[in-house]
Amino acid sequence: MSKGEQDKKATRRDVLKIAGALAVGCATPSVTVSPAAATPAEMQAAVAKVIGDATLNVGKVKLDIPPLVENGNTVPCAVTVDSPMSATDHVKAIHVIAEKNPQPNVISVQLGPRAGRASVSTRMRLRDTQNVLAIAEMSDGSFWSDRVNVIITLGACLEDLI
Amino acid sequence: MARVLINAPAKARRGSVIEIKTLISHVMETGFRVTNMGQSVARDIITVFTATYNGEEIFRAQLFPAIAANPFITFHTVATESGVIELKWTGDNGYSATEQVRITVE
Amino acid sequence: MLRLAALTAAAFVAAALAGSGEIPLSERRSSYAHMSPETKAMQDGDTDNPGMLWVLDGEVLWRAKAGKAAVACAGCHSDADKGMKGVAARYPAYDPKRRTAVDLAGRINICRVERQQAPELARESKELLALATLIARQSRGLPIKSDDERLKPFIDAGRTIFNGRQGQLDLACAQCHDDNWGQKLAGITLPQGHPTGYPLYRLEWQTLGSLQRRLRNCMIGMRAEPHAYGSPEFIALETFLMWRARGMAMESPAVRP
Repeated sequence: MSKGEQDKKATRRDVLKIAGALAVGCATPSVTVSPAAATPAEMQAAVAKVIGDATLNVGKVKLDIPPLVENGNTVPCAVTVDSPMSATDHVKAIHVIAEKNPQPNVISVQLGPRAGRASVSTRMRLRDTQNVLAIAEMSDGSFWSDRVNVIITLGACLEDLI
Repeated sequence: MARVLINAPAKARRGSVIEIKTLISHVMETGFRVTNMGQSVARDIITVFTATYNGEEIFRAQLFPAIAANPFITFHTVATESGVIELKWTGDNGYSATEQVRITVE
Repeated sequence: MLRLAALTAAAFVAAALAGSGEIPLSERRSSYAHMSPETKAMQDGDTDNPGMLWVLDGEVLWRAKAGKAAVACAGCHSDADKGMKGVAARYPAYDPKRRTAVDLAGRINICRVERQQAPELARESKELLALATLIARQSRGLPIKSDDERLKPFIDAGRTIFNGRQGQLDLACAQCHDDNWGQKLAGITLPQGHPTGYPLYRLEWQTLGSLQRRLRNCMIGMRAEPHAYGSPEFIALETFLMWRARGMAMESPAVRP
């Protein structure tokens, strides 16, 4: 599902408005010419960059994203990892990867025992209904993950970039 | 003028885990947008966010275009001692912003 | 002004025909009620709400000396939280000198030009939005006041616009927001369309904007030629919407999808 293209006559008014409009904008353009969504290969490459040839276990990680999102431009996302965060047993890094965004990486964070709790949250952009993957890298070199399928709905009255 | 909203406790018990919430104003232009006239809009995002606690790094994040505008990041840290937690954001086009919060640990 | 008079005359006719779709006072709800818990949380926390970034900017502008008169807003109005309490809840307001309704952005600009001897701030500019959001924040939680008899012609003109079909889709605001609120339109819940949260941070825009920006979006969505910012039509519509929401609590700066 992609945002419908809107017939835009390039008038002088439009050209003058763009300068102001660019400062005030949303993530999704009114004329969709953006690159294709990340292919499964690109997403796998992003995952491989994180885990190398290690196994990606499922578990220990909780990826909290509302299953039905009101607007894909700002999606709250929280990742919590079950870990004592001690010097010998802690989460070293957390990576969030989106399957169908133009670029798969969302955020990567580095933690240590000083974190006390492996729990981070942010707000991300999701282009379309897709899977989001959170990977936790542990101090013992293992990788754990959680995956959520997020549904993005489209607003009714799409507006122009005015 | 960097506008930042920070939620961090002013006081904490030694050894307790505190949450720090940060919200900074930034357009986070993805670099994937195209104007009505077909021109590509250049990427302009915050790329790195770090937090130090009395000089020692306690948190680091790499941000990508998928982070929504006006980036909101929350994380945790152990309240070890009184002092200053410094937050720093850097990004495209030489962007840099810092904010400090004081914490009293008893 | 001529157009406004014509609309008022039409209002007498329209009032006789329309009006039955109006939402009963007790059933009025802010669209806050329709939002997900996450979006509500975004609005409720002062350090979670991106709209508060504009309040911070507004505080700086409030204290900055401006114009040839080199005077700050604070110079006449003291601190915003004292001087501006309740103000946004009763705007647009009647200006007896100009004998017309003036919206908050217009009022800020009148002060800029007449008191500070500074140029007007452009509609929807960062600065104007920052000041408007700072002022609106001071009315948070307060009920909207719309009891000035002098505003009646503007309320009537606004009602005519609200009830009148427009655009290629030939839709009236009332058809969605009076008659079908709470129902779904392509995945979103139709709100009643109250101005309680403006200026607000709209996730769709990924920035903060005014009520008039949202009204322009609606009109474009209906394939109608949108009115200009600050136009008599928008001021009349805003005055009507505030009357329609009288007694409801302000919640600026709100967050909306």
